Amino acid sequence: MRRRLVASPGAWVVWGAVTFFFVMLAGVIFSVLVSSFGRRWFDTWLPESWTGQWYGQAWREFTLPAVLVVTIEVSMLVVLISVLVGVPASYVLARKKFPGRRLLYLLFLLPILMPPITYGIPLATVLYKYGFAGNMSGVVLANLVPSIPFVILTMTPFIEQVDPAIERAARMCGARTWQVFARILAPLLVPGILAASILVLVRTVGMFELTFLTAGPDSQTLVVALYYTMSAAGIRAQQSVDAMAVIYTSMMLVLLVVALRFVNPTQLVARVKEDVD
Amino acid sequence: MTEKTALRHRLAERGVDRQLLLLLPALLAVLILFVYPFAYGMGLSFQPDEGGVLGAYKNFFEDAYQRDTIWTTLQLALPAAFLNVAASVPIAYRMRGRFRGKRLLTTVLVVPITLGTVLTAEGLLNFLGPTGWFNRALLNAGLVDAPLRLTNNYWGVFLSLVITGFPFAFLLILSYLSGIDPTLERAAATLGAGWWPRFHRITLPLLAPGLATTFCLTFVLAFSVFPSAILVGDPAGSTRVISIAAYHAAYEAYDYSLASAIAVVMGVVELAVVAAVLGVRSLFYTGSTGGKG
Repeated sequence: MRRRLVASPGAWVVWGAVTFFFVMLAGVIFSVLVSSFGRRWFDTWLPESWTGQWYGQAWREFTLPAVLVVTIEVSMLVVLISVLVGVPASYVLARKKFPGRRLLYLLFLLPILMPPITYGIPLATVLYKYGFAGNMSGVVLANLVPSIPFVILTMTPFIEQVDPAIERAARMCGARTWQVFARILAPLLVPGILAASILVLVRTVGMFELTFLTAGPDSQTLVVALYYTMSAAGIRAQQSVDAMAVIYTSMMLVLLVVALRFVNPTQLVARVKEDVD
Repeated sequence: MTEKTALRHRLAERGVDRQLLLLLPALLAVLILFVYPFAYGMGLSFQPDEGGVLGAYKNFFEDAYQRDTIWTTLQLALPAAFLNVAASVPIAYRMRGRFRGKRLLTTVLVVPITLGTVLTAEGLLNFLGPTGWFNRALLNAGLVDAPLRLTNNYWGVFLSLVITGFPFAFLLILSYLSGIDPTLERAAATLGAGWWPRFHRITLPLLAPGLATTFCLTFVLAFSVFPSAILVGDPAGSTRVISIAAYHAAYEAYDYSLASAIAVVMGVVELAVVAAVLGVRSLFYTGSTGGKG
C-alpha cells in the first residue's frame, strides 16, 4: 500500500514527537560519548582537544577488568541457574492442569510486579544474616528472584507451541521423562531457551537495585561500579566516569545486537505472537 | 496397597502426579528467596526497638519528611506513566501497519531500555546541564535568556523516567495494537465511519486491556525509581522518593524495622494503584480482541 506523500497534521505531530524523542536520546548518548574522548570541555560546543586517556584511566584505576569478569560471571550463573530451574517449571505450567495452578502462576508473577527495592531490602537482610551477601553468591541469589519467574513466563508460550503428540509418541516408544526432555523437548525448545537466556542476560547486566543491595566491594557488577564512581564524581574526573559509561553502553549494545538476532524487539518487553500474514 | 494405588489414580486424574515435582526447584527458589524474605521483613517491620507493634509504621506516618515520600513518588511515577502511555497510543496507532524502517525504529527504541537508569542519568547530566548541548541550542536560538535548570531537580528525574519508560510503553502498545484484527476497522470504514469513530468506538475499547496492563507495568517501572532520583534528582528534597527513604533507613540509619516497614508501605501503595487501574479497566469491554491477540 502506498502512502500519500503529503502527510496530515496528525502525522506531523506524531512524527514530530518521535523525532524530538530521538533527538533527546541521541543527545544523551552522544554527549557522554563526546565527553569521554574530550580533554577539557567547559563552555563550548565541543571539547578543546581529544584524547583516549580516560579509557586507560578507567581501565587501570577502577579495576575495570575485575569488574567485567564479575559482571560476566554473575550474569552467566544467573542465566544458567534460572534456565535450569525455570524451564521444567514452565513445562508443567504449560502442559498440566492441576489444583492451585492459577495461584502458583500468580506467585511466579509477583516478583516481576514488585519494585526490586521492596523485596531487595528484606532479601539483603536475610542474605546478610546467613552470610551470603557481600560476595558473589549473594548477588547471584538476589538476581535469581526476578530471573526465574521471567524465564517461566517467557518459556511457557514456547512450550505450548510444541505439539504434545510428539511427546506422547516418544512415551509410547518407551522414553522416560528425562529422555523426553533431553531428546525431544530440548532440541525443539532451543530457540525459546536462547531467547529467554538472552533476555535474562540483558536484565541481569542492567539490574541495578538488587546487585547494589547485595554486592560487596569485590562483587560489584558494571552498573553498580558505575553508580559508585558517579556518586563520588567530585573525586574523579567527569570524563573518566563517562568513559566507563561508554564501556558499559558498548557492552550492552553488543548484547543487544546479539539479542536482536534471536528475539523480536517487542519480545524484549512482552511476549507477542508474530503476525504471519 | 490397593487403597494407596487408588488414591494415586484419583490424584492423577485431577492432574497431581510425579511430574509436578518438576515445579519443585522453581517453587523452592521463589519461596526461599522471595516469600520468606518478604515475610521476614514484614515480621521485622512489626518488631521495632521501641513503640510497640506498629511503632515503625507510626514513625513513618508521623514524620512528614518520611510520609511525603509516598506523595513525591506518586507525583513522579503517575504523570510519567501516564505521559508514556498517552504518547505511545497515537504513535503506535500510526505505525501499526508495515512500512520501511519499522524494524530499525523498534530496534532503536530498545536502546534506552538497555541503557539502564545509571547511564541515562549520566547522559542527562551532560546533555541537559547548564552548559550542555540542549541549553546551548536554546540560548543560541534565542528561545531563553538563561539556561533552563533541568537537572538535579524534578524534571531531571521525570525526563529519565520518560526516556527509559516511553520505549517500553510504546513497544507494548504496538504489540497489543497489532494483535487487534485490522478487518474490524476496515468493516467500520466500509460502513462509513471516519477515523475518529473508528478509533474510539472500535480500536480503543479493544485496546483497553492492553492499555491497563501497559500502564501498570510502566507505573511499576517508574514507581521503583531509585538510582536516577539520586543522580539526576534532588535526593534530599524534591525527588526524595520512597525507595530512597527505604534505602536510607536500612543502610544509613541501620533501622531495619523502619526499612522493612517502608518496603511494605511501598508494596501496598503500588499494588493499590495497580488494583485501581485494573478495577477501572474492568468497567470497559472484556473479551476477545478478534483473532490474533
